[in-house]
Amino acid sequence: MSVTQLGMPAIGVPRKGFFTDTSLCIGCKACEVACKEWNSVPADTSMQLTGESFDNTSALGADTWRHVAFIEQKVPATDPSAHDGVKWLMSSDVCKHCTNAACLDVCPTGALFRTEHGTVVVQQDVCNGCGYCVSACPYGVIDQRKEDGRVFKCTMCYDRLGAGEEPACAKACPTKSIQYGELDELRARADARLEELHERGEEGARLYGRDPDDGVGGDGAFFLLLDEPETYGLPPDPVVTTRDLPAMWKRAAGAAAGMLVGAAVIFWGGRK
Amino acid sequence: MSPRRQRNEEFTSYYGRPILKQPTWHALDIAGYIFAGGLAAASSMLGAGAQHSGRPALERSAKLTALTAISASVVALVHDLGRPERFVNMLRVAKPTSPMSVGSWILSVYGPLAGASALSNLTGVLPRAGRAAGVGAAVAGSAVATYTAVLLADTAVPTWHDAHEVLPFVFAGSAAASAGGVAAALSPVVQAGPARRMAVGGAVLETVMSLKMERSGNLSTETLHQGRAGTLLRLSKACTVGGAVGLALGGRHSRLVSAVSGASVAAGSALLRFGIFEAGKASTIDPKYVVVPQRERLEAREAAAAPAVSTQAPAK
Amino acid sequence: MVSPLQWPVLRQLLEHDPSGRHHSVESPTTENLKARTATADRVVPSVCPFCAVGCAQNVYVKDEKVVQIEGNPDSPISRGRLCPKGSASLQLTTGDSREKYVLYRPPHGKDWERLELDKAMDMVAQRVVETRRKTWKWEENDVRTRRTLGIASLGGATLDNEENYLIKKLFSSLGIVQVENQARVCHSSTVSGLGTSFGRGGSTTYLQDLQRADCIIIQGSNFAEAHPVGFQWVMEAKERGAKIIHVDPRFSRTSALADTFVPIRAGTDIAFLGGLINWVITHDAYFHEYVVNYTNAATILREDFKDTEDLNGLFSGFNPDDPSYDLQTWQYEGADVAASSGERESQAEEEGSTLGGSSHAQSHGSGGPGLRGHWRRDETLQDPRTVFQTLRRHYSRYTPEMVEQVCGIPQELFAEVAEAITTNSGRERTTAFTYAVGWTQHTTGTQYIRAASVLQLLLGNIGRPGGGIMALRGHASIQGSSDIPTLYDLLPGYLPMPHARTHLDLDSYVEADSAERGFWANMRAYTVSLLKAWWGDAATAENDFCFDYLPRITGSHSTYDTVQAQLEGTCKGYFLMGENPAVGSANTHLQRKGMASLEWLVVRDFSLIESATWWKDGPEIQTGQMRTEDIATEVFFFPAAAHTEKSGSFTNTNRLLQWRDQAVEPEAERRSDLWFIWHLGNKIRALLEGSGDDVDRPVLDLTWDYPTIGKDAEPDADAVFAEINGSKADGTPLAAYTELKDDGSTSCGCWIYCGCRADGVNQAARRKPHTEQSISSREWGWAWPANRRELYNRASADPEGRPWSERKKLVWWDEEAGKWTGDDVPDFEPTKPPSYRPDEDALGTEAISGIDPFIMQADGKGWLYAPAGLIDGPLPVHYEPQESPFDNALYEQQRNPVRKLMPLEGNRYHPSGRERGSDIYPFVLTTYRLTEHFTAGAMTRWLPYLAELQPESFCEVSPALAAERGLTHKGWATLVSARGAIEARVLVTDRMKPLTVQGRTVHQIGMPYHWGPNGLSKGDAMNELSSIAMDPNVHIQEVKALTVDIRPGRRPRGADLPALVEDYRRRAGINEHTGMEGVRA
Ligand SMILES: Nc1nc2c(c(=O)[nH]1)N[C@H]1C(S)=C(S)[C@@H](COP(=O)(O)OP(=O)(O)OC[C@H]3O[C@@H](n4cnc5c(=O)[nH]c(N)nc54)[C@H](O)[C@@H]3O)O[C@H]1N2
Ligand SMILES: Nc1nc2c(c(=O)[nH]1)N[C@H]1C(S)=C(S)[C@@H](COP(=O)(O)OP(=O)(O)OC[C@H]3O[C@@H](n4cnc5c(=O)[nH]c(N)nc54)[C@H](O)[C@@H]3O)O[C@H]1N2
Ligand code: SF4
Ligand code: SF4
Ligand code: SF4
Ligand code: SF4
Ligand code: SF4
Ligand SMILES: [Mo]
Repeated sequence: MSVTQLGMPAIGVPRKGFFTDTSLCIGCKACEVACKEWNSVPADTSMQLTGESFDNTSALGADTWRHVAFIEQKVPATDPSAHDGVKWLMSSDVCKHCTNAACLDVCPTGALFRTEHGTVVVQQDVCNGCGYCVSACPYGVIDQRKEDGRVFKCTMCYDRLGAGEEPACAKACPTKSIQYGELDELRARADARLEELHERGEEGARLYGRDPDDGVGGDGAFFLLLDEPETYGLPPDPVVTTRDLPAMWKRAAGAAAGMLVGAAVIFWGGRK
Repeated sequence: MSPRRQRNEEFTSYYGRPILKQPTWHALDIAGYIFAGGLAAASSMLGAGAQHSGRPALERSAKLTALTAISASVVALVHDLGRPERFVNMLRVAKPTSPMSVGSWILSVYGPLAGASALSNLTGVLPRAGRAAGVGAAVAGSAVATYTAVLLADTAVPTWHDAHEVLPFVFAGSAAASAGGVAAALSPVVQAGPARRMAVGGAVLETVMSLKMERSGNLSTETLHQGRAGTLLRLSKACTVGGAVGLALGGRHSRLVSAVSGASVAAGSALLRFGIFEAGKASTIDPKYVVVPQRERLEAREAAAAPAVSTQAPAK
Repeated sequence: MVSPLQWPVLRQLLEHDPSGRHHSVESPTTENLKARTATADRVVPSVCPFCAVGCAQNVYVKDEKVVQIEGNPDSPISRGRLCPKGSASLQLTTGDSREKYVLYRPPHGKDWERLELDKAMDMVAQRVVETRRKTWKWEENDVRTRRTLGIASLGGATLDNEENYLIKKLFSSLGIVQVENQARVCHSSTVSGLGTSFGRGGSTTYLQDLQRADCIIIQGSNFAEAHPVGFQWVMEAKERGAKIIHVDPRFSRTSALADTFVPIRAGTDIAFLGGLINWVITHDAYFHEYVVNYTNAATILREDFKDTEDLNGLFSGFNPDDPSYDLQTWQYEGADVAASSGERESQAEEEGSTLGGSSHAQSHGSGGPGLRGHWRRDETLQDPRTVFQTLRRHYSRYTPEMVEQVCGIPQELFAEVAEAITTNSGRERTTAFTYAVGWTQHTTGTQYIRAASVLQLLLGNIGRPGGGIMALRGHASIQGSSDIPTLYDLLPGYLPMPHARTHLDLDSYVEADSAERGFWANMRAYTVSLLKAWWGDAATAENDFCFDYLPRITGSHSTYDTVQAQLEGTCKGYFLMGENPAVGSANTHLQRKGMASLEWLVVRDFSLIESATWWKDGPEIQTGQMRTEDIATEVFFFPAAAHTEKSGSFTNTNRLLQWRDQAVEPEAERRSDLWFIWHLGNKIRALLEGSGDDVDRPVLDLTWDYPTIGKDAEPDADAVFAEINGSKADGTPLAAYTELKDDGSTSCGCWIYCGCRADGVNQAARRKPHTEQSISSREWGWAWPANRRELYNRASADPEGRPWSERKKLVWWDEEAGKWTGDDVPDFEPTKPPSYRPDEDALGTEAISGIDPFIMQADGKGWLYAPAGLIDGPLPVHYEPQESPFDNALYEQQRNPVRKLMPLEGNRYHPSGRERGSDIYPFVLTTYRLTEHFTAGAMTRWLPYLAELQPESFCEVSPALAAERGLTHKGWATLVSARGAIEARVLVTDRMKPLTVQGRTVHQIGMPYHWGPNGLSKGDAMNELSSIAMDPNVHIQEVKALTVDIRPGRRPRGADLPALVEDYRRRAGINEHTGMEGVRA
C-alpha cells in the first residue's frame, strides 16, 4: 500500500459525496450562486464577457467553488440535405474530494484535512498560503486568493453537513443535476442512470471519477458526462501525485547518500 | 516510450484553458530557495570535510556560505508564503506525505546545526560542539539538497512530476556543483582542491542527469526546450560546463580562473533551478501536457483491457 | 493552542492519526464550526420575489438580521430548489445595492437631495390633491366620467395582492383610471386568449401536473431559463419517457434539454399551429367524443359569416375606413352577444384618442363573453355551417408546405411534431403546451394563444392530467396583479371597469356584461360585494351601492396611452411602484420623453433604476436631446421594503396564492408599498377632511381603517387579505364565492379570491409538505377558483362521468356518493350528475348541462371558434408581424388589420416585405431572457453574484450573418431601428441558424433585453429599438419580432447617434405613413 492510501478516517458516518449528472443540467448556475451566498465567496467585479458561450466565470478557483461549463458543439447532419444540428453541453464542476487527495497529502500545516464525512476541507485559520496544494491538485481545483494569500475551495459545506443539511449547491439545483448523498448509494444510482442513458441511445454518456480503482482512488464528487472529460476541462486520467512519493523518497535518499559518499571521496587522501 | 514516436497531439480542451492551476510560487523565491538550500547543504558537506582534513580557509568559507545561503533560503521561503506570519504553522504537524512538511522538519534540524557550526567556527566558542554540529549539518545537508527535488516532483505539474525519478540526482549534482563552485571561488586555490572536485563532479552529475531528464520522452519535456525555460537551461549548461572545464583545467593554478569558473558553475546551477521552475509552470498552462499523455495512458489501458473490440470511439 | 497537548504533532500520535490528515489537525475553530442555519433565532416562511414559479423560501433570522435564505423543501412546486436569482435573494435583500433613504430632485435640479420621509409623504399627498383638483373631469363629451386623467400609476407585478388591492382601491376612489402594471406588457393577451377559449384567463393547469404529460410542447417560452425551478417538472416528465419539443427562433438552454428542437421564424407561430390544426383535422386525429361533447364544434354559425378563406385574409364585418370589425356576423346562429365585448367599444369610440377603442377582452379573465339567445348544434359535425366545418375550411391552406414557406420549418420536422402530438393525445395519453411571452407579445398575441387553445381542444387535452395549456406567467405576482388588477380596464376578479357610455348605473353595467348562463350570470353579486368592500356602510341599495363612485373609462388608458397622455400634457403626475419603463417598456425613448413632460414623478424601488435617474444621466442627456436643467419634472424616490420585510401574498403562475411572513422590519426609510399607499391615503383623506365637495366623497367614504403593527405603523396585511376574502354583514368570513349576494349583505374585495381566508384561516399560508399529499397538494397555499389546481377538470371524465382511461384519471362522477370526486377540487357543481340536462329556458348555472366542463362559458363549451370577446377575429389567422422582411404568403392581408399603432414622432415603423426600404432593416430581431437576469434588470444587474454571471449586454448571431456583416465574436455591434440605435457585444454561435423562408435566407438576431445604463452589469437598453405596435384586444406590444440592421463596431456618441438613426430612416424612406397600411392615422 502506498503512502497515500492510508484510507478514510475510521470514525464517523459513511462517506458523503456528490454525483453530478450533467445530462440533467440546465446551466442555470444556481449552484454557483448558492455556493457564493452560503460561503460569502467574493464575486468577480471585472464585468467582462468572456465570449466562451454562457460561461463567464471560466474555471474553478479560489472564488469559484462550483463552476458551470458550457460547450457548444456542432452536430453534422446525417444526410447532406439536412441542417447541421447543435448540442449544448452544460456541466457543473466542483472539487472532487478525492479518495487520495494530493492537496491534502502535501499540505504542510494540516490546514487541509479529511473530515468525518470523508470530504477534504481547508481550515482557513490554519492555512499559511504556501500554495503547495495548488500545484498538487491534479484537477486544478484549489487556488490562492491573491489579495489574501490563503487558498480556498469547496468545503462540501462542512458546516451544513455537521448540521445534517445538504450542501447549498445541491439543495438549490433545480433539476437535481447535483445529487448529494452517501457515496456508495450514489455510485449505484449512477450506474443505473448510465445504463438507462445507454439504452436511450446516449452513447457519449460515461461516468467520470466513479471508479475506486482510478488514479485518485475514485472521486468523492463524481460525474456523468456526455463527452470526453477534456471537453469539459477535466483531466482524462488524473493520478494523485503522492502515489509516486515513496519512489521519490527512495530516489532522494539515494541521491543524498550519493552526495555524502561523493563528499567523502573528494576529501580522500586525508589531511593536506 | 521512444522519444521519436509520433504523437497524436490533437486533443479537445475547454476553450484552450489550462486544466491545472499554475504554481502560485514566484520564481525568485522558490527557485532561489531551492538553489540557496542546495548551496548551503553541499557547502556544509565541504565544511565538514574541510574541518576534518585541515583546510581552515575552505572550512570557514564553506561554513559561512552555508549559513548565509540557508538564511537567504528561509527568507525566500517566508516571503513566498502568502501569509508569512503563519510560517510557524509549518511545525504544527509532521506529515510524511508532505515533502514540504518533511522539508520543514529537515530544515529545522539542519538550520541550527549549520548556524552553530558557522558561529563556533567564527567565534571559536565551543569548538568541539561546533565541529560535531558541522558533521551533523553535512548529514542533514544531504537531505536539504535532495528533498527539494521531491518537493517539486510531488505535484501535478507535468514537467516536474514526470521528472521525479531523475530530479533528486539533478538537484544533488546541482547542489554539489554550486557549493563547489562558490567555495572554489572564495577559497585559496591550495585549499580548494576538494571544492574543485566537488564542483566538477557535481557539474558532471547535473549535466548528465539533466540530459537524461530532457530526453525522457515525456511530452512535458518539450517545456524544457522551449521558451524562457529553454533559454535558461541552455544558458545553465553553458555556464556549468564552461565553469567545470575551467576549474578542471585552470582552477589549480589561477585564483582568477578559479573564481570566475567557480562562479560560473554556481550560476549554472542557479539557472538550472530557474529553468526547471519555468518549464514546470509552462507545462501547467498548456492543457496538452495534461490531456495528451493521460489520454494515451487511458487508451493503452483500454486497449489492453479489451484487445478485440474497440471500445466506444471517443467523438473528437 | 491552549495546552501543549493540543499540538497536532502530539495529537497525531495520541489520537491515532499518524499521517496527520484527519481529526488530529483540526483547529478549535473547525471543531466549533456551526452552520448559521442551525444557530438562527427563527426561520420565517417566505416566497421568492422574482418569478411566477413561486418557489417557497425559508428566511433565517439571527439578531433581527436576515442571515440566510434558501428553498423550503416542503413546497410541492419547488421542492426546496431555487434558481440563481432565488439563490441570490439574500444579496438582493441584504446587499448594499439598496437605497435606504428618500431622495428628492426639485424641478430643474441637477442632483438628488435628501428629504425626510414624512415630509416627502406630505408633499406627495399635496401633489395628488392639487393635480386631481386641477385636472378633474366630471364629464367628457357629455358623458359622466368622474375622473382625472392628470395622474397615472404603473407597477404591480412585483407587489403583494394586498398592495395592489389598496392601490386600486385608493386610486379608483380618487378617480384615477390610468392604473397599470406589467400584466399589460407581459401576458394581457393570455387573459383574452384563454378567457375567450375556456372561460378563465389563467393557466388551465399547474406546473407539477406537467410530470404526467406524455409529450410537452414548449413554444414561445424559454422554460428552462425563465422558469428554471418549474422546469424540473418537464425533466420529471422526460425521465418518465415524455417527448419534449421546443419550438423557438433560437437554440436556448431549453432547447438543449429538449428531445427535438424546431427552429421557427419569429412571429409565425399561428401559421405553424394552424398547420397542426389542419393536420389533426385532415388526419382525423382529433378526439371525436371530446370535441363533439365538450367544444362548440357542433354549434351552427350565422349564414352571413364570411371567413378569411372567402375574403382573402379578412372576416366579414370589416370596415376599412375605420379599420375595425362589426362583430355581428361572427355570432352563433340565434345568439346575441352581451353588448359588451369590443363591439361596444367601436361604437363608443372616444374622440380624440388616436389609439381608438379598447376592447376589454381581459374582462374574460374569469367568465367568458356573455351570450344570449338560443343556438343550434349539429353533433354529426356535417353541417357546413358548424364551427367544425368552418374550422376545417379555415385551416385547409395551412399545409406543411405552407408552414415551411412561412416559418422556415422543414416539412419532416413539422411532421415529427404533428406525429408526436397526435400519438400522444387521446384517451390514454395527453400532450401539454407551455408558452410565455414568446407568444403573448405580438400584434396578434391573443390569437397565438387562441390557436393553441383550438389545437388542444381538438386533441382533447384540456382539463386532463398531463394536458392543458400552461401559461408561464412572469413576475412573482403578475397573476395576482391581473386578478386584483392594477389595470385600467378591470376591477378585481375580472369585472370590467365601467365604461362612460354604456355603464351608466349598476343595472346597465350588469346588463351589458353578464351572461345569462353559466357562473358569469352572477356578476351582480360579485360587483355589489366589491362595492360593499370599498364603501362599506356608505354603499346601499338606494345609492346603487356607490356604483357611481367608480370613475369611468372612455377608451384605452393602457400604459402606452398614458405615455401619450404625458406627452400631450394631460397626465401630470406619475407613480412608478415597481416597474422600470425606461428599460422594460417598448420604445424607451418615448417613455422617458413622457416622464420629462410630467410635473411630478414618484418612484418606489430598491435602487436607483433608470426610470428614476433618466433626468440626469439618461440617453437623451448623453445625446443632447434633453438637458437636465430644462427638465421641470419633480422626482421623489422612495426606497421600497423587500419581500422579507413585509407580510403578504403573491399569486404564482399556478393561480396559487402563497403567503409570506415578515422576517424582519425594514431599515431606515424603507417601507412597504402597503405602508406607502395606506399612509398616503390617510394623508390625502386628512387634506380633504370636511370637504363637502361631491368629488371627494368616494375618498372620504372609503373603508380605510386597518389595524397596524410594528414600529413603522405598518397596516396589517392579513386584515387587507380578510377584506379581499370577504365577509357577511356580521363579519363572518365567507368560504366561497357561491355565498356572495347581490343585496349588499356580503362584501368581498375580489370574488375569485373568496375562500382564501375561509373560516378566518389564512388558506394561502397553509404549508403541508408535499410529501404528505398527492400531486395536487391542495393543502399548500390556496388556488383560485375555489382551490382548484387543474381547471375544467370535469373534462378528464367522459360524458358519462367515467375517467377516459385508468391512466389519465383525475376527476370523475361517483355514482354511489352522488358527487364528483378525484385528486382535485372538481371544476363543476359538486353534485350535478353527468346526466343533468337543463331546460330550454334555464338560466345561470342551471343552464350548464352535466356534460359541460367549461362552466364559465355561456354555453358551457370550449370555444374552438370565439363568436364573441375578441375584436380581431373569431379564429386565429396568420398575419405577418408589424415589421417583417416577408410578404404574407397566406393572404393578401399583410398584417393584423385592426392592430393598434401609435403614429408618433419617435415611434416610426419600418417597411415590410417587398415595400421599398424594407431592405434597410433586413434582419429579424427577437428578444428574450437569461436565467441570470430578471426583466428590466433592477433586481439582478445590481447584484454582484448575478452580474458576474452575465456581465455585459450581448446579441447572438449565426456565423453566416457574422460573415455577411463583418461581425466578430466578442466584438461590438451596433443595432439600428427607426426608433434608436444601440451597441452590444456579439456572440457568434451555431445556436443561431439562418432559416430559409419563401426561398430566401433570413437571418435572425437574438438579444436579451435586461440591460440598461445603471447598475454593475451595464449596457444599452434593447427597447431603444422597439416600437409601440399592439394587439388590438389588450394592447400588448410587439417586442418579439422586429426588424433591424446590424453593423460592426460601437455606436456613435452624442449627437451623432440620433443622426445615424435619422440617416437610416431617410434611406428607408420612412414617414408617418410607413407601416400604417390599413390603420387609421
Ligand atoms: N431568469 C428570468 N426568469 C424570468 C424573467 C427574467 O427576466 N429572467 N422574467 C419573468 C417574466 S416577467 C416573464 S413574462 C417570463 C417570460 O418567460 P419567457 O417567455 O420564457 O421568456 P423570454 O425569454 O422572453 O421568451 C421566450 C422565448 O420566446 C422565444 N421567441 C421569441 N419570439 C418568438 C416567436 O415569435 N415564436 C416563438 N415560438 N418563440 C419566440 C424567445 O427566443 C425565447 O426563447 O419569465 C419570467 N421569468
Ligand atoms: N424587448 C422586450 N421588452 C420586454 C419584454 C421582452 O420580452 N422583450 N418583456 C416584457 C415583460 S414580460 C415584462 S413583465 C416587462 C418587465 O419590465 P419591468 O416590470 O419594467 O421590469 P422589472 O425590472 O421587473 O421592474 C420591476 C421593478 O420592481 C422593483 N421591485 C421589486 N419588488 C418591489 C417591491 O416590493 N416594491 C417596489 N416598489 N418595487 C419593487 C424592482 O426592483 C424593479 O425595478 O418587460 C417587458 N419588456
Ligand atoms: S480535487 Fe484537488 S483540491 Fe479537490 S480533493 Fe482532489 S486534490 Fe484536493
Ligand atoms: S496553501 Fe494552505 S492549504 Fe494549501 S498546502 Fe499550504 S497550508 Fe495547506
Ligand atoms: S458543497 Fe458547498 S462549498 Fe462546495 S460547491 Fe457546493 S455549496 Fe460550494
Ligand atoms: S444548479 Fe444544477 S442545473 Fe443549474 S447549473 Fe448547477 S448543476 Fe446545472
Ligand atoms: S426566480 Fe422563479 S424559479 Fe427562480 S427561485 Fe425564484 S421563483 Fe423559483
Ligand atoms: Mo413578464
